[in-house]
Amino acid sequence: MSRQTTRFDAKKVNSELLTLTYGSFVTQMLRDYENVDDVNKQLERIGYNMGMRLIEDFLARTSATRCLEMRETADKIQNAFRMYLNVQPTIANWSAAGDEFSLIFDNNPLTDFVELPQDLTNLRYSAILCGCIRGALEMVQLEVQCWFVQDQLKGDNNTEIRVKFIRRLEDAIPAGED
Amino acid sequence: MAVYNLYVFDKYGVMLFYNEWNRLKKSGMTQEEEAKLMYGMLYSIKSFVGKMSPIDLRDGFLYYKTNKYALHYLETPSGLKFVISTDTASINVKELLQQFYAKVWVEFVVRDPLWVPGTPVTSDLCKQKIDEFIKQSPIYGIKNI
Repeated sequence: MSRQTTRFDAKKVNSELLTLTYGSFVTQMLRDYENVDDVNKQLERIGYNMGMRLIEDFLARTSATRCLEMRETADKIQNAFRMYLNVQPTIANWSAAGDEFSLIFDNNPLTDFVELPQDLTNLRYSAILCGCIRGALEMVQLEVQCWFVQDQLKGDNNTEIRVKFIRRLEDAIPAGED
Repeated sequence: MAVYNLYVFDKYGVMLFYNEWNRLKKSGMTQEEEAKLMYGMLYSIKSFVGKMSPIDLRDGFLYYKTNKYALHYLETPSGLKFVISTDTASINVKELLQQFYAKVWVEFVVRDPLWVPGTPVTSDLCKQKIDEFIKQSPIYGIKNI
């Protein structure tokens, strides 16, 4: 079995394989749902579930500690994108309060060879990334909102994901005797 | 034999995994009660340590030791708690727990698509890997007088 022989060091995968797999996956979803909003929602949800597990892998590899500040969080997200997608987004456009920032991508590996047809302009093709960020941060007690501001697929110059800090979640207390 | 038992809790206090090796004395409670008691104690120590600390903490609670055994604690930023009881002679248990997290937990639990987050581990492969990992660890064989 391949699982048993998995070694700890990161396996390299050709990014084209990921791109095409993801593309066929989105296509299948569009066929299944026939409604772009539902597909957006599902992509986000799947991303969320991925993020919840991916964070454990990230923490185990980097032995990072909990973030006390959003700037630290931004650095770590940037680092994670380098680890998992081999792209380095630029952190920019901090809000005055320091609770909101943008991740700007020159290129997005998920959208190589992708063109959006005219009737699918509402599709957030890479919504899985937003879900992923949200799911991962929720596991480390940070609730954030995450959305696309610009998308190269829609003719913008860059792809830009905006991340907004909502609140810090409280540690759970043990269930009382009932 | 030097490793006694291992608990894994998630951030909500659900016991995800428990196993024991050579545990000689039973607590006389059901496993469920024992897990609750253990989690409650850890929770209290954590907040106690946080409040009593005269300086800012980084890792917080690390372990406690009695004259017969030591209990080592590792909490990940995602709230997973790894708790292992060993004899008092064991060293570098924290590194061992860190490795356990990276090499066994992430690899065989988090990456198991059939495991639903927040539920106890049921996969046999995973249980077997955990057992192997502990038995191969350098502290497993230490005899304490």
